[in-house]
Amino acid sequence: MNYETVIGLEVHLQLSTNTKAFCACPTKFGQKPNSQTCPVCLGLPGSLPVLNEQAFLYAIKVALALHCQIQKIIKFDRKNYYYPDLPKNFQISQYDMPLSFDGFVDIPDESSSGRKRIRITRVHLEEDAGKLIHPEGEDYTLVDLNRTGMPLLEIVTEPDMNSPQEAYDYLTKLKTILEYLKVSDCDMEKGSLRCDANISIRPIGEKKLGTKVELKNMNTFKGVRQGLEYEVKRQLSAVKDNEKIVQETRLWDADKQVTISMRRKEEATDYRYFPEPDLVPFVVDPSIIDSIRNTLPELPEAKVNRYMKELGLSEYDSNVLAGRMDLADYFEACAQVYENKKTIANWVTGDILAYLNTHGIMASELGLSANGLASLLKMIDAGALSGKMAKDILTEAIETKVDPEDIVAKRGLSQISDSEKLEEIIKLVMSKNEKSVNDYKSGKKNALGFLVGQAMRETKGTANPEMVNKILKKALGE
Amino acid sequence: MDDLHLLTAHEIKIAIDSGVEPSAVLDAVQKRIEAIDSKVKAFAYVNKKATQVKRGGKLSGIPVLIKDNICVKDEATTCSSKILEAFSPPYDATVIKRLKDSGAVLIGKANMDEFAFGSSCETSCYGPTRNPWDLDRIPGGSSGGSAAAVAASQTIMALGSDTGGSIRQPAALCGVVGLKPTYGRVSRYGLIAFASSLDQIGPITKDVEDAALLLGVIAGHDVLDSTSVDIPVPDYCKSLTKDIKGLRLGVPKEYFVKGIDPEVETAVKKSIETLRGLGAIVVDISLPHTEYAVSTYYIIGSAEASSNLARFDGAHYGYRDTDAKDMIDMYVRTRSKGFGDEAKRRILLGTYCLSAGYYDAYYLKALKVRTKIKEDFERAFALCDCIVTPTTPTPAFKIGEKTNDPLAMYLSDIFTIPANLAGLPGISIPCGFSSGGLPIGMQIMARPFGEETIFRASYAFEQSTDFHKRRPTI
Repeated sequence: MNYETVIGLEVHLQLSTNTKAFCACPTKFGQKPNSQTCPVCLGLPGSLPVLNEQAFLYAIKVALALHCQIQKIIKFDRKNYYYPDLPKNFQISQYDMPLSFDGFVDIPDESSSGRKRIRITRVHLEEDAGKLIHPEGEDYTLVDLNRTGMPLLEIVTEPDMNSPQEAYDYLTKLKTILEYLKVSDCDMEKGSLRCDANISIRPIGEKKLGTKVELKNMNTFKGVRQGLEYEVKRQLSAVKDNEKIVQETRLWDADKQVTISMRRKEEATDYRYFPEPDLVPFVVDPSIIDSIRNTLPELPEAKVNRYMKELGLSEYDSNVLAGRMDLADYFEACAQVYENKKTIANWVTGDILAYLNTHGIMASELGLSANGLASLLKMIDAGALSGKMAKDILTEAIETKVDPEDIVAKRGLSQISDSEKLEEIIKLVMSKNEKSVNDYKSGKKNALGFLVGQAMRETKGTANPEMVNKILKKALGE
Repeated sequence: MDDLHLLTAHEIKIAIDSGVEPSAVLDAVQKRIEAIDSKVKAFAYVNKKATQVKRGGKLSGIPVLIKDNICVKDEATTCSSKILEAFSPPYDATVIKRLKDSGAVLIGKANMDEFAFGSSCETSCYGPTRNPWDLDRIPGGSSGGSAAAVAASQTIMALGSDTGGSIRQPAALCGVVGLKPTYGRVSRYGLIAFASSLDQIGPITKDVEDAALLLGVIAGHDVLDSTSVDIPVPDYCKSLTKDIKGLRLGVPKEYFVKGIDPEVETAVKKSIETLRGLGAIVVDISLPHTEYAVSTYYIIGSAEASSNLARFDGAHYGYRDTDAKDMIDMYVRTRSKGFGDEAKRRILLGTYCLSAGYYDAYYLKALKVRTKIKEDFERAFALCDCIVTPTTPTPAFKIGEKTNDPLAMYLSDIFTIPANLAGLPGISIPCGFSSGGLPIGMQIMARPFGEETIFRASYAFEQSTDFHKRRPTI
């Protein structure tokens, strides 16, 4: 029997507001434990929450970018459970009326060249919990409440993904959109973007969902894919061995590359949700939603379309460029000052992207500005640099942060395109290599390559190779 | 000038203006506390170093007693519960900031029912407060310490909090004035929550003018409390005109039913006649859902309380049982030992009402009934400007009389609970005495933010009677 995989993802996104969701504490990462706290986020008796307007506006921004409907009345609920990282022992969240619902994200369809739609069930706003630190070998636990009360968006999909790759594609696409919106730094390793998955398998054709396993602790995008891949294999082999798949939460262990059972879910936890009485439900002013909608940036899909239609780029290049906001920004800055967009795209998606990936940096951190790249490309167009020389200079410019024009001037690297000078050099080369000249004239055409090489050597590579070719052929009587 | 503690705040203001030292007022009050609090036990904590932080405000030099569930920076704030033993908040409640800014002198913390769960001030971890009119009787609750201290002149004014009658009921039973403001009129920031959608802080004072004075200081919008309403605070003292000609008083038939003490009924009915005599028009009204108010209140109030009190778990502050084996055991032991019986009862009740499978039948249903009760009042206020009722069905009962019968205890708030459910302002003012010499209170409720109407009616009544002038001999 053949099985299909069914995956739904739940993403928790920390919003990059200046202050926490329900108090005025700062949200800086990596501060001294418990230094970014106040009576509200410490859950001290008598304190009350006040909604951070920025967090709310960011949430609406995300919801609109994910094509969601916005709830008419915004209401918060309490989710009650006891844990020391949650000092009130309830989390302010949204239950029956999420801030937004019914959206979608399109990803590439593996089975065709088209697109596949992943439906978004809901996007809601809630507060983060703190962190527990368990010092090794000690019998106590430390609590750091700096993270407590940070604004979190929970983004939940329908079980619409049918492979770990689709889950990976969805996450990548979601992250790109979120980066465009500038609402979060989306860093999985810092925990500002967290992803849990529900995964099950079922015989192809079966309508009912199989028993789902909740998968947690995947701390990188790659980890999500690997964890899910492992889980698919595990579930398939369990079914093959006639074992029952149990509903449980499993943790991905990236070191051992396996998933481990954390807890069985015999019964759903009762969180005793009820409306948060300390926050007054409010009606969203439609004009606020409209103004957010109108100021949304151009999103990845629109960018890809524009690159293809207006700039004539290939679909591949367009996708690569729009897939990273920093890359797209860099490309567009360069396109402002340089005519041939296709050429820019080649360089940006080629050498520059390779450099960024190798060094794990953003295009904005690159030693070469968009203007610098444009000047390099202009030198090629003017015949002052060969492609090979340009690549060397690119690397040097990035590493030394020196302007390409300055590098060329300093190294005297400018290409020799002066035909009189080249004719002189070629005369010299021909006189030194009479044998090859004669070989060529007697029909051994590949002797030309040797002669060109000698001319290049004579000029330490700065001769314009096309011109050398032309002048040589002429001198050889062609 | 040994009897400065007997004065009202507005009288003291005049006295200070004519040369009396504010420190003399504080001295008189502190001497009084020392002399009689061993009998009344109105205080959870006496601040012997009490000082005036600011001079020249509206309450300059006036001693004020604070209920033990309102946060005062660096001073014990325990809700009269073992679970908050030794807890001192690092911040001031908004009302405390406003009091300090107005020149008030905070003289200590008033005893209360643990976490404000109770109508008799008997559930405090510090032991019961006694009614100054009869030390064998309860002062009412939960703001029993605040009301008893005002009645016994151990303070000039006090703050209480009212979730189902916790200001008005003890005020009635102690023969003083107690006002629960409109929900949202006074900031709850720093009030340790019992039921967030019902709680309000309000004044307990010797007369109506003092209540107007104190409310004027503590009322007003607060950005730290999302449920506080941004409506300007009027000068309440301007409503003290004695003129109630044409004021329509609604008298709901549901508040004069079987079970009400005949002396209470007689006193309140007589008082209504007094008001009629002053020019008010008396209108018969009906609030048909009144009989459901108590059960609705115990579901909503307990549900919210079960969540609000979840934070008291020994992990972060307050009492912690140190014999625990692990985290869950620490929670269980801390809460088992830290909370008293009534607190446990409410937490269990609320947890049950919010549980999967029971939510719709209890909590959701209660919310619907709450709406019905609100609508009752809206209809009634089309016919009248304020509603006059007894504050409590009986005068003060004996200590221990109802401690083993929670339901009987819960019914002592039967007339005060509806105003909390509907978010309305309500006052209790002295309107008579029982044959045994116990005070009887009359409640006047008005539309949301109708505190001025309440002050107008109650001041007119008070100025034509002298119940508010009587003080217990102790």
